[in-house]
Amino acid sequence: MRSTKSKPAPFPKCPTGIHGLDEITLGGLPRGRPTLVCGGAGCGKTLLGMEFLVRGATEFNEPGVCLSFEETADELATNVASLGFDLATLIAHKKLAIDHVYLERSLIEETGEYDLEALFVRLGHAVDSIGAKRVLLDSIEALFGGLEGQSVLRAELRRLFRWLKERGLTTVVTGERGQATLTRHGLEEYLSDCVILLDHQVTETVLTRRLRVVKYRGSTHGMNEYPFLIESDGISVLPVTSMDLKYGVCNERASTGVPDLDTMFGGHGYFRGSSILVSGTSGTGKTSLTAHFADAACARGEKCVFFSFEESAAQIMRNMRSIGINLKRWVDKGLLHFHSVRPTTFGLEMHLVKIHKIIKQFNPSIVVVDPVTGLLHAGTPFETRSILLRLIDFLKEKQITALLTTLTGGSNAQEQTEIDISSLVDAWLLLRDIESGGERNRGIYILKARGVAHSNQIREFLLTNHGVELREVYLGEVGLLTGSARVTQEAKDASAAMLGRQEIERKQLLLQRKRVVLDSQIAALQLDLETEEQESQQLIAQEKLKVAQWERDRGDMANSRFVNQRSHEGNGRSTKANGGQK
Amino acid sequence: MEAKNNMQPASKRGTNGRTRSAKWELKLYVAGQTAKSLQAFSNLKVICEEHLAGEYRIEIIDLLQNPQLAKGDQIFALPTLVRKLPEPVRKIIGDLSNTERVLVGLDLQPRPSAAAI
Repeated sequence: MRSTKSKPAPFPKCPTGIHGLDEITLGGLPRGRPTLVCGGAGCGKTLLGMEFLVRGATEFNEPGVCLSFEETADELATNVASLGFDLATLIAHKKLAIDHVYLERSLIEETGEYDLEALFVRLGHAVDSIGAKRVLLDSIEALFGGLEGQSVLRAELRRLFRWLKERGLTTVVTGERGQATLTRHGLEEYLSDCVILLDHQVTETVLTRRLRVVKYRGSTHGMNEYPFLIESDGISVLPVTSMDLKYGVCNERASTGVPDLDTMFGGHGYFRGSSILVSGTSGTGKTSLTAHFADAACARGEKCVFFSFEESAAQIMRNMRSIGINLKRWVDKGLLHFHSVRPTTFGLEMHLVKIHKIIKQFNPSIVVVDPVTGLLHAGTPFETRSILLRLIDFLKEKQITALLTTLTGGSNAQEQTEIDISSLVDAWLLLRDIESGGERNRGIYILKARGVAHSNQIREFLLTNHGVELREVYLGEVGLLTGSARVTQEAKDASAAMLGRQEIERKQLLLQRKRVVLDSQIAALQLDLETEEQESQQLIAQEKLKVAQWERDRGDMANSRFVNQRSHEGNGRSTKANGGQK
Repeated sequence: MEAKNNMQPASKRGTNGRTRSAKWELKLYVAGQTAKSLQAFSNLKVICEEHLAGEYRIEIIDLLQNPQLAKGDQIFALPTLVRKLPEPVRKIIGDLSNTERVLVGLDLQPRPSAAAI
């Protein structure tokens, strides 16, 4: 598809309308030329051819003619009815013509020169009668079995293919696979424009159909073997590896459904279109975490597909209800689609084809695969890894946020997924057990999150009846504590803190009391002082009075004595002066 | 279409004057007047005159004119001679130049394997 966009195709192509085949052939089969579809018995050659005709008639308005050498029109109609194709209606509407060429060698005598002009006449008549653009020859090799004159036949086949080309009919020619050659009778000799090989392999009782474009003259094409499915609506080929790493990126985030976890992811959750791996040993809550994510997505009105390889849809819904997540309402609303299948039901590739198909049909914005390790049962680790790579590639291309869970065995290193896909994912959440104090608790941390400033903390992870809750784990002098140990320690810490608080209060009270006491003491002393002061003032005043009294008394005495002297000596004044000096 | 004119009287000649229910009812499918078809017709005429004189009827069907008829008798090679009667229907393809095989094909002669030596 890339090349058709960027530069004109070397020659026009004819879209087959078959899921995936047009992608592999970058647009379809060579228009106006014959394409050889070869493969062993029962590998789906006729179905591919018929789908080519039916899709042409129904989707591209290109009527088609089937020249069938093996099955009658009725047989064909019955066979493809299982793919949902209604040949009778198409024939009635002149969109399709089927001509059964019956060859029975024992009933035919060859008596000289002949040619296959009658085939040309029949084909030409059928083509003209409905204006066909497409032709299916299924399987023209029957002619080799029905006729003796092989050289005539070869010349006639060459002429037939030239004739088809001249008339510009896009033709699919089917051929049985030979021992060493692509077809038993070397049809590839004449049909060199495009050769598609169908194959089916059984590995460990699991059948996988594969398709490979062996040759496509004048065009690039996918080179690999691509698995394909024959299902109720036709063939789906899976272009397993995208050609390049060119997906768009999205800066939008999608909530994880657990607010605390969003916080760990820088407050916003996962990047949209990224792939998130949730790994952990069994019972660590991987599915619960994915259910949260799905629940949150559906609550936002987004569509979600939940691929489960271990539990049935009903089982998951019941279990999630126990932690308060009601997924059933989303299923009822058509927002959530469960696809539960045993990993061993079919091969890895079939799983991938299935997943592709469902995603294309449902067009979700979120996909959950729980667990991807389940796929290990359907293939070797190497194959599983390559399938997951392809799956992740596909989801990224579609900008679908994918949550993949993986189960790590108890014996394995935790930071290593069994299928080693950690390098493929954008974010990795690790759920782990923390065993201590006779208890098993869950811890969660973000091992990596590309492009997100994420938390580096291990948080305790609780499954409550209203969903997942995260707790800070206790990191104290005694180390990391979880569960009841954490609760105990927290209680201890709380009581210690309370004691401390009380002590402070007590001390404050004491101080206050002391202050009160001291204050009162100060007041008492003050009072004492005042009393003393008063007393001493009183004494001073008394003393002063005494002195004044005494002086007054002396004066009186002197006076009286002076009186005596004047009367006795006659010098009362000098005595008075002396007394004053005294 | 001169050759055609040669052939049509021939077929009529086969039926001419005979009852409708000829014992041998043969159809020769051709596409136009090719060398092979002319050859086939003349070979057929000789064989019929020799082995089935008066008991046969030949119908020439030109698929270029009636292409839809090819389907009914399951014709894929040309020329093809179809023995409609007597039953069962037999088909002989080619220009009928191998008389032996034509006779075998028409059940006028046993298979070579049985008739060998």
